[in-house]
Amino acid sequence: MHTVVSSRLDATFAALADPTRRAILARLATGEASVSELAKPFAMSQPAISKHLKVLEYAGLISRSRDAQRRPCRLEPQTLADASGWLDHYREVWEQNFARLDALLDEMKAQERKKRARKKARAK
Amino acid sequence: MLNTGTLKVTTPSDREVMMVREFDAPRTMVFDAFTKCELLKRWFGPRGWSLVECESDFRVGGSWRFMLQGPDGARMGMRGAIREIARPARIVHAETFDDYPGESVVTTDFIESRGKTTVTIVVCYESKEIRDAVIGSGMEHGAAETYDRLAEYLESASQSTTGA
Repeated sequence: MHTVVSSRLDATFAALADPTRRAILARLATGEASVSELAKPFAMSQPAISKHLKVLEYAGLISRSRDAQRRPCRLEPQTLADASGWLDHYREVWEQNFARLDALLDEMKAQERKKRARKKARAK
Repeated sequence: MLNTGTLKVTTPSDREVMMVREFDAPRTMVFDAFTKCELLKRWFGPRGWSLVECESDFRVGGSWRFMLQGPDGARMGMRGAIREIARPARIVHAETFDDYPGESVVTTDFIESRGKTTVTIVVCYESKEIRDAVIGSGMEHGAAETYDRLAEYLESASQSTTGA
């Protein structure tokens, strides 16, 4: 489950890293729009916009209506809400890493103690 | 069990993310756990991901490379160069993900007090834009007008879907 969330977030942030895609999201924040409507304000071809839309759709940031002929795009706000909680997610991931490191350090300390005890025994 | 579990994550500047965590072990040990491949393989990687390949030449100008593998066989590579190393106090290294643009610089400091080690990790991204894309804080702070509009929309959208 966690990995699913994490890889989804990877896709989300990869999608958000591009200024055109962020601008598309901002446009969709004002309401749904078709590909040609989205292409207008950006000096870009429809295929180029479609490529960006595919990335956004894959990341779960937008959805596209399947039935209507103009297939309007709309924002998926929950994905963005998940993304804005990423600092928490980041902390959670590292906390799990560090919990494993705690266990490893305990083991290393125990080994160190054993080594020292052996040395002491030999010295006697 | 141990009173070490509190990880603090903050954003000290526009381009940085900082993590602070205390470990109940001397810093030579913690430093080794951060720099030796056989030890890194024991703990490094998000849940479900393990460090399957690790090459490191931990000296100034040396390079390192990690390959992480996920449960579904997905692989994620990371690499970079060592810029500064002072055992057991500090490591500064560059970091790039194979599938993600931009290089970040990671400074890790190890400070020991009474047998415990406080590790401070500062990740500095190339730009605020990249950092924000990574941590999503652009969504939270919404400095740009576009983000303000987005935030407004999100608010109304979440109100209308409350209870869903």
